[in-house]
Amino acid sequence: MSIFGTVTVKNGKYRPRGDFHHITPNVPIRDRDNDWHLLGVTNPRDMTYIHSYGGEAIFFENLAKGKIHATRCDNPDCEFKGTVYLPFRIHCPDCLARNTVIDLTDICKKTAKVHTFMVCERSGAFNTLEKPIRFINVEFEGVSTILMSYLSVGEPKIGMRLIPIFRTLDPTYTITDLSWVPEGTPEEALPKGFTFG
Amino acid sequence: MIKFSDRQLKIPKLLRPVYLVTAGQSKFDRAMPNKRTEELAVDALTMAAKLIDKTPAELKSYIHTAYYGHFADHFGDQLLGEAVIHDRLGLDPLGNIGVKTGGATGGSTIWEAVKAVASGYSDCTLAMGWERMDEVPTDEGNHLISCAADKDWETPLGHIYTGYYAVMAQKYWQVFGKEEDSFRRTMAEISVKHHGYARFNPFAHAPMKITVDDVVNSPVVAYPLRALDCCLMSVGAACAIICDEATAMELTKNTKNKPLRVWVTAGSHTLRPACRRDMDIPLLPNETDDQYNDLGEKFPGGDRYPGFTGFLAARMAAYYGYRMTGIVDPMEDLDVIELHDAFTISDMQTYEDIGLRPYGYGRDFVESGDCYHTNPHTGKPGRLPSNLSGGLIGCMHAVGATGIMQVFEIATHLWNRWAEIHGDQKLWDEFGREKPADWTDLQVKDAHRALAISHAGVGSHVTTTILMDPDHLLKKDV
Repeated sequence: MSIFGTVTVKNGKYRPRGDFHHITPNVPIRDRDNDWHLLGVTNPRDMTYIHSYGGEAIFFENLAKGKIHATRCDNPDCEFKGTVYLPFRIHCPDCLARNTVIDLTDICKKTAKVHTFMVCERSGAFNTLEKPIRFINVEFEGVSTILMSYLSVGEPKIGMRLIPIFRTLDPTYTITDLSWVPEGTPEEALPKGFTFG
Repeated sequence: MIKFSDRQLKIPKLLRPVYLVTAGQSKFDRAMPNKRTEELAVDALTMAAKLIDKTPAELKSYIHTAYYGHFADHFGDQLLGEAVIHDRLGLDPLGNIGVKTGGATGGSTIWEAVKAVASGYSDCTLAMGWERMDEVPTDEGNHLISCAADKDWETPLGHIYTGYYAVMAQKYWQVFGKEEDSFRRTMAEISVKHHGYARFNPFAHAPMKITVDDVVNSPVVAYPLRALDCCLMSVGAACAIICDEATAMELTKNTKNKPLRVWVTAGSHTLRPACRRDMDIPLLPNETDDQYNDLGEKFPGGDRYPGFTGFLAARMAAYYGYRMTGIVDPMEDLDVIELHDAFTISDMQTYEDIGLRPYGYGRDFVESGDCYHTNPHTGKPGRLPSNLSGGLIGCMHAVGATGIMQVFEIATHLWNRWAEIHGDQKLWDEFGREKPADWTDLQVKDAHRALAISHAGVGSHVTTTILMDPDHLLKKDV
């Protein structure tokens, strides 16, 4: 019986278990306009990748706990010491010292605003978000970069104040575990599985 | 804040003059079920040979090294496609290398070929690019392209690259477009122009006679971008032959191709559009120190540079390229250009990044009629015609080939061969396409200098390729 591929790490090595690919037969591609001559063949591929978050793992782990972590350069010799990064940068892009991980949840709750947005009617394959997707780019006070995310309630507007919400029930441990709602949104309006953290 | 050191801002220099000798390309289409990629590459190289009255074997005998642009191995499920093409072109055992910089792959491939000649390593190089985007369904293709965003922080958000440009379109429209309906219509006019010029290009796969209303009423992909604001997904190949002076003169002797001086410069910026750190605007030669001091007052929200309104990589490629070649004002010094119109909005953003208009005023390049072959307001030649091929919106976007197609197109103007090639009835017949009854000669008269911008996802890589007739240089010994 087929089971999803799962992976754990023991002694620094990946320990895969289950099925990581499924074999499907090739099928000929034929020309309907030309006596069904052979033009090619399908090459089915169904694979599961094994991916490391490395130094960013703490960010994705903590979304499910209602926390947003960022990083800050604390290298006293760096010209840009004190710069805060969200999205998370493991190393300072200027001095390349390892950044300090900081809890930015409160600042996100108090200062998040829509920098820009778009409403996506179509998606690529493997999309898991409900369409139309309201993408927002979120700016925060004191943070040098902007975070791409999505709005779960209401219609976006540039400058709109936002509150983060978290997929605390059945988290995916991906960036989709973090979403946003307009300030003042009641808890009962949140999508299934999401809370204010 | 991003800061540059003087060493990083050094203007690049080639150690000897480098020339574009000839170029060629295949037909472009959404799908080509009857051709393998190698057949398209052979079509392109055969055309390049024909333009200088050589057989493919004669031209091949000059090639010393080869540079191959192929963006997405996963589209064709073939790693090291470069080795396949190199072998099928019969160029083994010469050295070759693959180049991958997303949408800028074509421009980057020429960049490498030029540097190989400039350094003296090779006297004649082949730059060949291709892509086949027909080997997966469109939604999977969109997913594969979106993998060029950050796979942990952005790709899972919709798996569609259009979305990453749409947020820029929204910001640009609100800040520089001041949310005016007229601005939206100007964006749409770019699509009308490019699909319209594609009608006169037998290589192009999306010729259309459409109106601004057709664009603004086309289906929404990622609001505010609609289907007709977006580039094509194409199959095809294009190539260029790059040489030193002696080889260029020998290869073009008694042919219609005059060797053209060629320079390529490059810039880059994060592939995570949201992760752009602020910086001062690097100034081009036609801009002044205090020019942008009041940008935030004139356009509230426009003072965060590059923010979501500009492409720093394009600005840097132009910064290096203009100073390297002596260009001061691109509107005056250039005669024809091809820009990377992945989307109508990115075409407009690029007008500002490369100094055709100051930041905030890109729309004027279209509204003035300057960007047309013939200015629709005056009936006179446009000041700086852009994307007469139809660009990525009307002609093609076979990613690895795109930047090379652009160079092929601008070169045909400098060779004064645009009409001979694009009007050739045999080519229209061979491609199974109907030459329109109102086919129009888009040759830019007396064109001596040209530019092409090759651009990767949300500006992660950008190259500027500049071509000049060697008798019309702006700066000696460059």
